[in-house]
Amino acid sequence: MVQGEFVMTIEEIYKKLRKSFGGTILESDLEVLEPVVGIEPQSIAEVSGFLKNEPDLKFTSLMCLSSVDLDEENLQVVYHLHSMDHNHKIILGVIIPKNAAKIPTVSGVWRTANWHEREAFDLMGVEFEGHPDHRRILCPDDWEGHPLRKDYVVQEMYNGLPVPYPKEEDD
Amino acid sequence: MGYIEGRYGDNILITSVDKIFNWARLSSLWPMTFGLACCAIEMMATGASRFDLDRFGIMFRASPRQSDVMIIAGTVTMKMSSRIVRLYEQMPEPKYVISMGSCATCGGPYWEHGYHVLKGVDKIIPVDVYVPGCPPRPEALIDGLLELREKIRKDTLAKKEDKVSA
Amino acid sequence: MPEIKTDDVYIELGKHPKAGFATDDMILQMGPQHPSTHGVLRIECVTDGEIIKKATCHIGYLHRCFEKHAENVMWQGVIPFTDRMDYLASMGQNFSYVITVEKLMGIEVPERAEYMRVITAELQRIASHLMAYGTYGMDIGAFTPFLWAFREREYVLDLFEKLCGARLLYNYMWIGGVSHDVYDGFAEECMSFLDTFERVVFEEFNPILTYNKIFIERTANVGILSPELAIDYGITGPCLRGSGVDWDLRRDDPYSIYDRFDFEVITGKGEMGTVGDCWDRFMVRVLEMIESVKIIRQALQQMPEGPIMNEKIKKVIRVPAGRVYGRTEAPRGELGYYLISDGKGRGPNRLKARSPCFSNLSVLEEISRGCMLADLIAIIGSLDIVLGCVDR
Repeated sequence: MVQGEFVMTIEEIYKKLRKSFGGTILESDLEVLEPVVGIEPQSIAEVSGFLKNEPDLKFTSLMCLSSVDLDEENLQVVYHLHSMDHNHKIILGVIIPKNAAKIPTVSGVWRTANWHEREAFDLMGVEFEGHPDHRRILCPDDWEGHPLRKDYVVQEMYNGLPVPYPKEEDD
Repeated sequence: MGYIEGRYGDNILITSVDKIFNWARLSSLWPMTFGLACCAIEMMATGASRFDLDRFGIMFRASPRQSDVMIIAGTVTMKMSSRIVRLYEQMPEPKYVISMGSCATCGGPYWEHGYHVLKGVDKIIPVDVYVPGCPPRPEALIDGLLELREKIRKDTLAKKEDKVSA
Repeated sequence: MPEIKTDDVYIELGKHPKAGFATDDMILQMGPQHPSTHGVLRIECVTDGEIIKKATCHIGYLHRCFEKHAENVMWQGVIPFTDRMDYLASMGQNFSYVITVEKLMGIEVPERAEYMRVITAELQRIASHLMAYGTYGMDIGAFTPFLWAFREREYVLDLFEKLCGARLLYNYMWIGGVSHDVYDGFAEECMSFLDTFERVVFEEFNPILTYNKIFIERTANVGILSPELAIDYGITGPCLRGSGVDWDLRRDDPYSIYDRFDFEVITGKGEMGTVGDCWDRFMVRVLEMIESVKIIRQALQQMPEGPIMNEKIKKVIRVPAGRVYGRTEAPRGELGYYLISDGKGRGPNRLKARSPCFSNLSVLEEISRGCMLADLIAIIGSLDIVLGCVDR
């Protein structure tokens, strides 16, 4: 594997993205440790396709797709990309409001995103438009709520069984 | 065979039905090959080279229809709970259950925030022996199995004993 | 008595294959209780006779809410839960989590602790691959290799038990160091194990299983995973290398002190069939154990004296606000933790675990299409999944 010949820094990749996509790439703080490049929700699939297919970027592998509960209003979906050919990395972040948590799927770009997106839907309640198999993956299909949201309240009963640990009765 | 053959004449052995039944049952306990989580690895280790469950007549069977004991080795989740009941019902009588490890016993480390974990397998099926530990050592599981043998030894056909923990 | 031909019976019943009677797909449920699904995995197979048309995985039967726990416990309290994620490779899981937290805190780990981490992580890799070796043999129908692999595995567990007191779930690596220093005679015991082990692999393991004719027939040219597909599906670890992709985080994105050791990255070469078949994935694991032996030998020789914990680490850890993604080469592939700290909390604000098995299993539907039902077992075994790691 060719190592480190065409490594681009995060600034260079960011500039290149800005040149091609303009305003859909949001202003991002690139000074912090492992900066996140903000993307407009609707253009994430296009940007992903560009990142994967552009010869000097070649982000062939999606390392991780995480969903984050940012605050009361917003959720975030974070994409960790890595290029095996050039050995450079980028992190994309998309912020979406909780009451309309919808975002285009990237499972057409990287097929590994299929299960990762299902997991994000299951645990955080992010809906992925155009996903080929949009179901819960870890919890049962009839589970209530999305457990990793900060305001999640666990259901009392599931299938006739108590879910929380039984409280100790006072003497 | 070779030891008895030709040594004694025709004989009659007198014992009670309970004793001979219990002796037969406890001498060849067949657990189901059914692992859930971390404890399953220790269960496998117990059955493998060093600890060797075969010397107690304990052999793992792949089907619930052929097994006597169900070792609940690991965390029982909500999604899994109905399947465990199904498997338990598929086993022929008499059947015994060993709850191996803290997860199966009471939810273990997942008791507080584990929204998807069933807090104790005894909520869905009756348990005969609880083996504590996270995970229990193979020796602990063997001890649990020996405890179960003692329990079976006390069984009687006349009156079904209440299932209580050993 | 006149001879009855099967054809005649069929014609009589109006069901002769040539008579064009209608056939239907069969749906076969495999698991959650099945001896060769390596845990509680359910596979819904749509089959045409014995040929699989579609194999859909249903996971989540061991979903133990790891990420929820991580948000609710303290920084150090996450470590035991990482243990229980991939219970066959606990050291690897500890390792990944602690270096992620250390990366965010920006602290150094004493030299001796770094060596201890590498030694234990590589020993764990041997134990984990032994398990993969043994259970794969059992899936295919060979019982003896399982017993032999467990015999060797017990020696590794003995070393761990003497080192930190636990057989399976260690909680050994702490933030800023390791929990216990080595005991007297660890190096000698370890060396003597490695010497025997190397011989055992070549003289016992390989002849009985790896180069066994029946085993090769069952695994070569089965479940072929092309490199492009592997990368697209985010496959990592021995499965990726089995497809001939020369990629190992220990060498290509070095963490800890792996850049100091001399070892080879094993890739599948298609020795018995096509590159990327089940046999290649299996063989990568066998040879990787030998590479781990090499690393441990070097580490034992180089290990310096000194402290095993960073002295600046207090009981209550303060982690600055920030986000970090740390990844290591766990025995099953790239294990990553995406850690978010808000700088105030006692524990992580969000911890996402990117487990290797989760991605590795997702390819099953793709590579099992069109194969025989019995080959499905061979494919699952060769992916070497741990359901605790898939479901978390």
